[in-house]
Amino acid sequence: MPDKGKIIYLLVIFIAIAAFPFIYNSLATPVDMKIKLNTPVIDSMKVKQCIVPKEEMRRGHMKILNRWRDEVVRESSRDFGMIDGVMYEKSLQRTCMHCHSNKSEFCDRCHAYASVDIYCWDCHLAPKENKP
Amino acid sequence: MKILLPFLGVMGLVIVAFVGVELLNLQYLFGVIIPYVAFITFMVGVALRVLKWGKSAVPFCIPTTSGQQKSFSWIKHNRFDNPSNNLEVVGRMALEVLLFRSLFSNTASSLKKEEGDLVHGSSKWLWIAGLAFHWSFFILVFRHLRLFIDPIPPMLYLVDSLDGLMQVGVPVLYWTGLIFLISATYLFIRRAVIPQVRYLSLPNDHFPLLLLIVIALTGLVMRYFIKVDIIYVKDLTIGLFKLNPVISHHLGLIFYIHLFMVSVLLIYFPFSKLMHAAGVFLSPTRNMPNNSRRIRHINPWNYPVKVHSYEEYEDDFREKMKGVGIPVEKE
Repeated sequence: MPDKGKIIYLLVIFIAIAAFPFIYNSLATPVDMKIKLNTPVIDSMKVKQCIVPKEEMRRGHMKILNRWRDEVVRESSRDFGMIDGVMYEKSLQRTCMHCHSNKSEFCDRCHAYASVDIYCWDCHLAPKENKP
Repeated sequence: MKILLPFLGVMGLVIVAFVGVELLNLQYLFGVIIPYVAFITFMVGVALRVLKWGKSAVPFCIPTTSGQQKSFSWIKHNRFDNPSNNLEVVGRMALEVLLFRSLFSNTASSLKKEEGDLVHGSSKWLWIAGLAFHWSFFILVFRHLRLFIDPIPPMLYLVDSLDGLMQVGVPVLYWTGLIFLISATYLFIRRAVIPQVRYLSLPNDHFPLLLLIVIALTGLVMRYFIKVDIIYVKDLTIGLFKLNPVISHHLGLIFYIHLFMVSVLLIYFPFSKLMHAAGVFLSPTRNMPNNSRRIRHINPWNYPVKVHSYEEYEDDFREKMKGVGIPVEKE
């Protein structure tokens, strides 16, 4: 039967599609996803801590930013709270990026790894980095 | 009972994942071994099933009566319903596989109220929901590639940004996820509510739908409500695809339920009616050109038949035939 050859072709295509991630990952060079925390501001901190615990920040930073946006824009509530006597503001540019001034080595690394296309910088000014 | 059984089955599987991960700490089993077993079962199972189908006899072409066969030049030929060559068959198959054309017509029967006549019509809701379900499922699986490969080609960003075009919330709402859940729920409710369809439905109709609804729910919950750390998820999946899996203890229960249900789906796939994904390509009424009047199809298992022709018969009895006055062809 000549038609039976077509079944084999289709099966080969099916297996090729399924094998694609295996082959692609073994050939491609992975992106560098190590984030850097050695900005001048962080280096000068005595206690190196974020405004919320690290794990919570890793999972939920986008929710915090989204909530901040709504609260600041709609209720003009700008104060996040006092931590160790320092007042923190609900601000991406003035709070987050104040310490993490290295967008390309902080924000972008993980987002590139996880293929998340963030739209923060559609409106916000990205911090000026001193590119070597 | 027909709905309760698969429902309890799916719930039982969720409990298995819960007990395994939360109480027995079998992260390696649920994160690495079961996914590998599922993947291999899926690949080998589908291939063997298709090869088995390939061994069966190919029937003669089956013309569909709704389309005019190619005949005289002045009779309009219906190319897609009654294709005459392979190219037209590809057209018919493409319409079938991509747009579910045969689901578009004559799939609903109802009694006309006044006369009590049986009427065959189309159930466009089934067609729409089926199309939405399968297409959103496809895009959604394709989108998952961002967790399977590293680095990510720009094409995936394009699909992602189109899917999350409206930028609702953070992380952006993917439309396909929502459409998938809604259409799967509709397909389930349709089977549970419409009396004729309910009567025809079996546990193996309800089970995959419920399984997919749970997979969709856990996926959506994981993305929008109970956050999992996507970096750890990707570390695990990339490890699986590099054959060097690393288990992280930061992954929550909800992720393991999602992964376990997907594994169950993959294991279940080759043994169930989900094989229609491959079977649609082998539909005998769809995948052959109707050329039976132009090309002689010879039955492949015909054995040589010993025939005794009239000429041989005449040779045997020529003298006797002449004797009783029967005319013969050869003197």
